[in-house]
Amino acid sequence: MKLWEGLEQDFNYNAMISQRGIVNLFHSDGQRDEYARRGNGMRIHGVDAELLDRDEVRRMMPYLNFDHARFPILGGLYQKRAGTARHDAVAWGYARGADMRGVDLIQHCEVTGIRRENGVVTGVETTKGFIGCNKLALAAAGHTTTVGRMADLQLPIETHVLQAFVSEGLKPAIDHVITYGAGHFYISQSDKGGLVFGADIDYYSSYAQRGNLATVEHTIEEGVGLIPGLSRAKVLRAWGGVMDMSMDGSPIIDRTSIDNLYLNCGWCYGGFKATPASGFCFAHLIAKNESHHVSRFMRLDRFERGHMIDEGGKGPQPNLH
Amino acid sequence: MASLITCPHCGVRPKEEFSIRGAAGPVRPSPSARQEVWHAYAYVRDNPKGRYQEYWHHAGGCRRWLVVDRDNVTHAVFAVIDATEWHKTAGSRI
Ligand SMILES: Cc1cc2nc3c(=O)[nH]c(=O)nc-3n(C[C@H](O)[C@H](O)[C@H](O)COP(=O)(O)OP(=O)(O)OC[C@H]3O[C@@H](n4cnc5c(N)ncnc54)[C@H](O)[C@@H]3O)c2cc1C
Ligand SMILES: [Zn+2]
Repeated sequence: MKLWEGLEQDFNYNAMISQRGIVNLFHSDGQRDEYARRGNGMRIHGVDAELLDRDEVRRMMPYLNFDHARFPILGGLYQKRAGTARHDAVAWGYARGADMRGVDLIQHCEVTGIRRENGVVTGVETTKGFIGCNKLALAAAGHTTTVGRMADLQLPIETHVLQAFVSEGLKPAIDHVITYGAGHFYISQSDKGGLVFGADIDYYSSYAQRGNLATVEHTIEEGVGLIPGLSRAKVLRAWGGVMDMSMDGSPIIDRTSIDNLYLNCGWCYGGFKATPASGFCFAHLIAKNESHHVSRFMRLDRFERGHMIDEGGKGPQPNLH
Repeated sequence: MASLITCPHCGVRPKEEFSIRGAAGPVRPSPSARQEVWHAYAYVRDNPKGRYQEYWHHAGGCRRWLVVDRDNVTHAVFAVIDATEWHKTAGSRI
């Protein structure tokens, strides 16, 4: 979070970072205990977290459906410093910041092969020719397997499609980021007024960057179940993107079996919020050839060694995460 | 993805009736197989871009496990067969 706070100054670009707070709603006694535990875990690590009861949530968000028969809202875990950022602007800002620091960015240039000699990487073949290197870092979310195969890596990754939606512009109505605890639904309102929301992946393997209508329906059902007034909003646009789902739902930032090849992947659908920290830890790994202490458990060999992370406790199947 | 799946037992059905498990390629090793073999079966995935065989469960119909053979870029479905049939054919060796 602190890395996000200094980011716009750092790369000299307005990424529309807005610390409006996030509330993760819970709907059962068991889930409340789990969120209390999560909040305590955060506080032990010096991060703010507050457990709200039903009335406190109602005061902040009177428009929620508190009388849902099956998934009543019992309260929420509140992190005040969290928020939203404009995702394109973050990418553009990083490009600008990297360029200012002398990094070459080559657009519309596809890596088609990884050249190796004597067991180490010597460079990449691309649609614009060969580029030599001393160290190679892969961060090709959604296509990690495709590029990994160029170096014969065998990976615990499946590619899936996730959709997101934006409504027409509305008056300010939703002040925070809200996540629904009985499904994957989440929502916030952009500065332009559009409601930004989404839910589950489509559940089947897909590289199509385009989703299925059944998932659209499911997302809207979850949304209307939580916020009945949402039924009056019109969806303006929807899109689908591919992500690399890891087998335990947690990311990988690690070295590989090839000495000068590094890997950052497996972010599932939660990699955007991690961008500054993920980049920071990856840079540390590449520069020093050892993991940053924050990412030391995000190892590629954790599955083989029996040290899965599996934060959600859901098992070894990507479409459960 | 196609919105309709042709179940070999129930005929043309909406895809919402099915739940999806994942790649049908990995073959379950024998209980005494080495740890590396079990690791590959449980965690390592080919994850090809294109032709793909996947386990689908007809949860809202006959409740049989099926293998859906399809393209994960165009979302075209080539064939849907019962998982038992799939394991009898050379298809399971792809
Ligand atoms: C619809 C949707 C909504 C999401 N919402 C959220 C959210 O609310 N919060 C959150 O935290 N996360 C969210 N995510 C997940 C998040 O977007 C990803 O985890 C994150 O973008 C991954 O970042 P990355 O830098 O690892 O990879 P990416 O940003 O995906 O970048 C990978 C890059 O590699 C390039 N590439 C691939 N193959 C090659 C090749 N052969 N040669 C050269 N380049 C190649 C691609 O073109 C791409 O630019 C969402 C994802 C989707 C699809
Ligand atoms: Zn059937």
